[in-house]
Amino acid sequence: MARPAPVLDLDPAAVRTARRLAARVTKPIVRLAKDHTTVSVERATLRLAGLTGADPDGTPWPNRLVDTVRADVGIEHGVALPVWDALVRGEAGDLTELAGKASVGSVRFRLPTGRDRIRARAAAKKAVGAGVRQLDVSRRQRERLVRKWGDPPRQPWIYLIVATGDIYEDIPQAQAAAREGADVIAVIRSTGQSLLDFVPEGATREGYAGTYATQENFRLMRAALDESSAELGRYVRLTNYASGLCMPEIATLAGLQRLDMMLNDSMYGILFRDINPIRTFVDQRFSRQVHARAGIIINTGEDNYLTTADAVEEAHTVTVSQLLNESFAKEAGLADWQLGLGHAFEIDPDVPESFRLELAHAMLARQLFPDAPLKWMPPTRHMTGDVFRGYLLDGFFNLVGALTGQQILLVGMMTEAVVTPWLSDRDLALQNVRYVLDACGGLSEDFRPPPDGFIATRARQVLAESIELLEAIVDHDNGLLDAIADGTFGLMRRPADGGRGLEGVVQRADDYLNPASDLLEATR
Amino acid sequence: MSGRVVRPYGDTTGDGMVQLSFTLPVPHGKLAEGAALQLAGRMGMEPALVAHSKPMGPDFTFFVVYGRVNHLVNLDDVRVLERDYPLLTPKEANQAIRRGLGRRLTVIGACIGTDAHTVGIDAILNVKGFAGEKGLEYYRELRVLNLGAQVSVPQLVERAHSDQADAVLVSQVVTQRDAHLHNTREMSAAFREAYPTGQQPVLVVGGPRFDEQMASELGVDRVFARGTTPGEVASFLVHALVTSKATRGGRRTA
Repeated sequence: MARPAPVLDLDPAAVRTARRLAARVTKPIVRLAKDHTTVSVERATLRLAGLTGADPDGTPWPNRLVDTVRADVGIEHGVALPVWDALVRGEAGDLTELAGKASVGSVRFRLPTGRDRIRARAAAKKAVGAGVRQLDVSRRQRERLVRKWGDPPRQPWIYLIVATGDIYEDIPQAQAAAREGADVIAVIRSTGQSLLDFVPEGATREGYAGTYATQENFRLMRAALDESSAELGRYVRLTNYASGLCMPEIATLAGLQRLDMMLNDSMYGILFRDINPIRTFVDQRFSRQVHARAGIIINTGEDNYLTTADAVEEAHTVTVSQLLNESFAKEAGLADWQLGLGHAFEIDPDVPESFRLELAHAMLARQLFPDAPLKWMPPTRHMTGDVFRGYLLDGFFNLVGALTGQQILLVGMMTEAVVTPWLSDRDLALQNVRYVLDACGGLSEDFRPPPDGFIATRARQVLAESIELLEAIVDHDNGLLDAIADGTFGLMRRPADGGRGLEGVVQRADDYLNPASDLLEATR
Repeated sequence: MSGRVVRPYGDTTGDGMVQLSFTLPVPHGKLAEGAALQLAGRMGMEPALVAHSKPMGPDFTFFVVYGRVNHLVNLDDVRVLERDYPLLTPKEANQAIRRGLGRRLTVIGACIGTDAHTVGIDAILNVKGFAGEKGLEYYRELRVLNLGAQVSVPQLVERAHSDQADAVLVSQVVTQRDAHLHNTREMSAAFREAYPTGQQPVLVVGGPRFDEQMASELGVDRVFARGTTPGEVASFLVHALVTSKATRGGRRTA
């Protein structure tokens, strides 16, 4: 990707200040994440070692095994030692058998010591290491296929959503969308999956407003898009959603099944799903380490801020969130090319100069994160059902995308807020995108807003407000956690001891062992 | 009353002109166009003109059709639910509550079932509001508890009890397999069961795909559809709980 020349007159010192403040905000949170584990981190570790499947009631074996180990010895030492100790002792031939026996109470777990501990650790490292190597295999396979079939011929990459609830309906829709020009297919999850504390098993045909994220659904869809990629002569990428209570596990499954992008926001679960803040930060770090290793591009969720808060008054919260997402992501080992930082075209079109404001915000993001593949998201909040006006609004959205060098463009639908997209909606939406890109794809060459003009001034103002907000966060006794608790981000107050999933968070003991964490830390 | 009979208006009174777009699962060509015209004819468009047809992949064709419909609408036969309460400003609503009730009204809001889309309930409750109107949290005389997404019906009933809610607002955005209707019926039934007759809080449900006429069928006091603003909801609550209290009878006032 050619690095765009800076076009806004921003004070480099202000940019450095913003990044330095973001690092100060995230540092104690990273320490907190390193100091805790969660049930989902432990389950992800078992999944890396190859544990799949579910009991006859549909409870996944990783959940059964972690719950049993927790009841016997706790998870503060990590499940790896007790689990592989049991395997070394010959309690079961493999993890699945062990999970089955554990779930009926015929295995007692213990915390091995001395030579037993050394043996268990070696066995765990070997088994989990094989999973981490599988992430590497998937990553290399993607690199090989991209070389073979090629990247999309132009940017931005066109990102389209399918959401039928039935993986076998999603597949032909996704293939049709790819044929129509989609470069990235996102399969929306079933509503509320983010609040399930387990990952469902198998191919699924029942979902609400989306399709469950499961390992088998991932595999089926990736295989289908490989077929389409071969047919079309370009590698069609697949996106799913990690955010929620099972971030580490879904990230792991995505890595193993060669998904290409994952929605993974550092605070979305806290603010919008009322998931416990500590649970989120611990899970987020592990999941991002997995994404880093698997070569997955993350997509962050800043668009969400603007669907609940005013897109002009709260523009700086997007910038702050982008800076925090960047800081967390870099610490977890993700490289710039993996940071699909989000932002959205959500200013009320009745606000005077709304387009210039949008342009200022998009240019600010572009210039603050020159090497990140920004994800540009279409209007939703002010799509009223007037499909004609909506089509025009989407055209202006596409124009900002073209003008500011966005790399991932989520295609806006004129029927947003009316129906899930029809075949014709998608076709018209893609015509809209193509028209704008063909008509003025190179316009950014000619576009240099004057340093004292409306756009540059607005961008500087948003940056200044972002710095103020970051300073306010740093000034809290307990930093980001207190800021989240007192409603600094929007009107949502989320105390650190509240929210869903807190019971699955445990402070690590001194002898905590997790071979996955050890291997992933070494990725950096 | 021929003056009450209307037909669509293109650019001349009585011309009956409409536009229509749709897709047929037929490859682009003469056959597809003929099929489109036949469909338009059966929909009452006569004559119809295919203004635009475009292949969408090998198997589908998209059409834009213009034509004159021969249907008439008699306005006297149209039944709609007109707003039957006055619209109040936040100040007027607060005053009405203070004078009529002498205490704050407690309003609980939630998205129930698996629905995680809080956009609707937030638009009505958050201070930020919607369509230029501030949300209910802005009203001094309203005590607003926003329970957020994916609240179960028993949880909602429980909170309504423990917080002595005067009104419960439920938002439903997801409509697959009529989930919004099922969830609403389940909710209203649970409140009927949990409260003595006449004592239950005012139940209000809203969402983009609701039919405002369905309130009694769904067992709720009011249904709000797309485009409802916080001011309308607040005005309705004042109407239902304060100004028309006498007609509802039995409602707890302290």
